[in-house]
Amino acid sequence: MGKHVLLIEDEPNIIEAISFILSRDGWKVDTHSNGQTALEAVRLKRPDLIILDVMLPGMSGYDILRGLRGEAATAELPVLMLTARGQTKDREMAEQIGANRFMTKPFSNAEVLEAVRALVDG
Amino acid sequence: MAQTRLAGSRIRERRLLQQIRQSDLAERVGISPSYLNLIEHNRRRIGGKLLINIAAALNVEPSLLAEGAEAALIERLRQSAAEAGEQGAELEQVEDFAGRFPGWARLMVTQRRRIGVLERAVATLNDRLTHDPHLAATLHEVLDTATAIRSTASILADTREIEPEWRDRFHRNINEDAQRLADGARALAGFLDAANAGEREGDTGSPQDEVDAFWTARGGHFAELEGTVKNSKLAKIVAAAPDLVSASAQAQALIALKRYRRDAVAMPLSEMTKAVDKSGADPLVLAARFEVDLGTALRRIASLPQVEAGLVICDGSGTITFRQPVDGFVLPRYGSACPLWPLFRALSRPMVPLYEILHQPGRADDHAQRRDFAAFAVAQPRSAPGLNREPLFEATMLILPHPDSDEEEVSAVGANCRICAAQDCPARREPSIMADGF
Repeated sequence: MGKHVLLIEDEPNIIEAISFILSRDGWKVDTHSNGQTALEAVRLKRPDLIILDVMLPGMSGYDILRGLRGEAATAELPVLMLTARGQTKDREMAEQIGANRFMTKPFSNAEVLEAVRALVDG
Repeated sequence: MAQTRLAGSRIRERRLLQQIRQSDLAERVGISPSYLNLIEHNRRRIGGKLLINIAAALNVEPSLLAEGAEAALIERLRQSAAEAGEQGAELEQVEDFAGRFPGWARLMVTQRRRIGVLERAVATLNDRLTHDPHLAATLHEVLDTATAIRSTASILADTREIEPEWRDRFHRNINEDAQRLADGARALAGFLDAANAGEREGDTGSPQDEVDAFWTARGGHFAELEGTVKNSKLAKIVAAAPDLVSASAQAQALIALKRYRRDAVAMPLSEMTKAVDKSGADPLVLAARFEVDLGTALRRIASLPQVEAGLVICDGSGTITFRQPVDGFVLPRYGSACPLWPLFRALSRPMVPLYEILHQPGRADDHAQRRDFAAFAVAQPRSAPGLNREPLFEATMLILPHPDSDEEEVSAVGANCRICAAQDCPARREPSIMADGF
C-alpha cells in the first residue's frame, strides 16, 4: 500500500513536526486545517491514510469521521484519531464511529510512526 | 404557642440575673422598653431573629430561652434525613433520639449541613469543568502547545543530521509554543484559584445562598440603613460581610440593600414601629397610610425587629429570589417550593392581594401544637411598562405567625414534596419520606 497521508489538524507547529517526521520516514504528507472542507480535501487528494484531530475549530472530528465512513470510497480508509482526552468514553465513541486507532495528546513521535506503519500494513 | 410562652419569663429571669435594665436591653435589640416588658410578661410572642438578638445580648444560646429548642431540632433532623435520602434512619423514633441525645442529634444536623455545602461545591466545580468554555479552551491550548513542543524537541534531539534551516525553524516554534504554554498554565492556575475560593467554610456554591446567609445573619434588619445613607455605606456593608464571597452574591446583596434603603425611606422606622405597635402589622392598612405599594409594605414589615415574619419573593418563572425564614414555617433551601403557596397563585392574579391562613401538615398531629400562619401575597410589576407589552412580574409573600382558630379556614400547604406529609395532594411532584408513596 502507498504511503500517502492526509493530516487534518489546525495547530501549525504540530503540523510542521508531524510532517517532518513522516516525510523523513518516506511518506508523502498533505495537510488540511479547515474542518468544514476536510471531506472535500479527502476526495480530492485520495490519501492512503488519514490522521484526524478530534477538536478542530468549528467542526468535530467525529462528524468528519462519520462523513468518511458514510461514503463508499472512504468507508474502509484507515484513520488515526488524535485527541486531547483519553477517557474511555471518547475511545469507545471513536471506535464505534469507525476509527482504526486512537492517540492522546501529547504523544511521542515514535508512537505516531509505529501507528501509521501498522495502519497501512495491517 | 406553648413553645414560646415561657421564653419571655426566661428572658426576664436572665436579664435580672445579669442586672441589666429593661431599657438597656430593649435599646440593644432595637425595640421599645414597653414592648420588651410585654414580651417578658409573655403577652407578646417572640421567636426567630428577635429571640436570637436578645439571646446574644444576654449572652446565652437562643435554645435556652425558647422551649421550642427540641421541636426545632427534631424538624432539622427530619430535614437532614430527607436530604440524605433517609438511608435507614428510624424516622418514627426521631423525637426519642433528639430528646435522649440532643448533642448527638445536633452533631448530625451540623454534619449534614456541611455535607450539603460540600456536595454543592463539588457539583459547581464539576459543572464548571464540563461546561466552562474558557476552561475547556485553556486546557486545549495547554495540551496542543505541550504536544507541539514535545514532538519538536524530540525531532531536534533524535535527528542526527538536521538541516540548519529546519533546526532554526523548530527552535523558533518551540520558543513560540513555550510562551503560549506558560500563558495557558497561568490561566489554568487562575481557574484553580477561583475554584479554591469556593471551598471556603460556609460557601454553598450558590450566590443566592450566600445572600440568604448574609441576610439571615443580620436578622433581616439593617439598623444603619434607617435614614439617609450613601451608596458608599452600602458598599461597605457588602464588603464587610463574611458570607458574601462571590462577586455575584455581592452584586445581588447590593441590589437588595438598595431596595431596603428605598423601603426604609418610604416607611420610616419610628413611624412604622408606632403604627405596628398600635394596630398590628396589617399590610393593607400600612400600605395606605404610607402611600406605598403592597409589595413594599410586605417587605418593610418583614424587616422590622419587633415583628416575627417570614418573607419570600419570586420572579415570573416562580424561582425564589429572596427568602427570609420564620420559625415554624419551612421554606425549602434549594430547589423548588410548594405550588400551593399563595405566592405562586398571586402570579396568575397580578395586582390582586391574596390572603390565606396556612398550615404545614406533619409538623405535629397534636392539635395543641399546630402552628398556623397568615400569608399575604401579591404579584406586582417590577419593570417599567413598555408599549403593548406586559411588564415583568414579581410576587411577594409575607408569612406571619397566626393564633390558632377553629373558625377560620386553613389551607394545608407544604414546603417541598420530599418532606411533606400531605396525602392525596394534587400538586405533589415526588414521593415523600413522610407519607407512603404518591
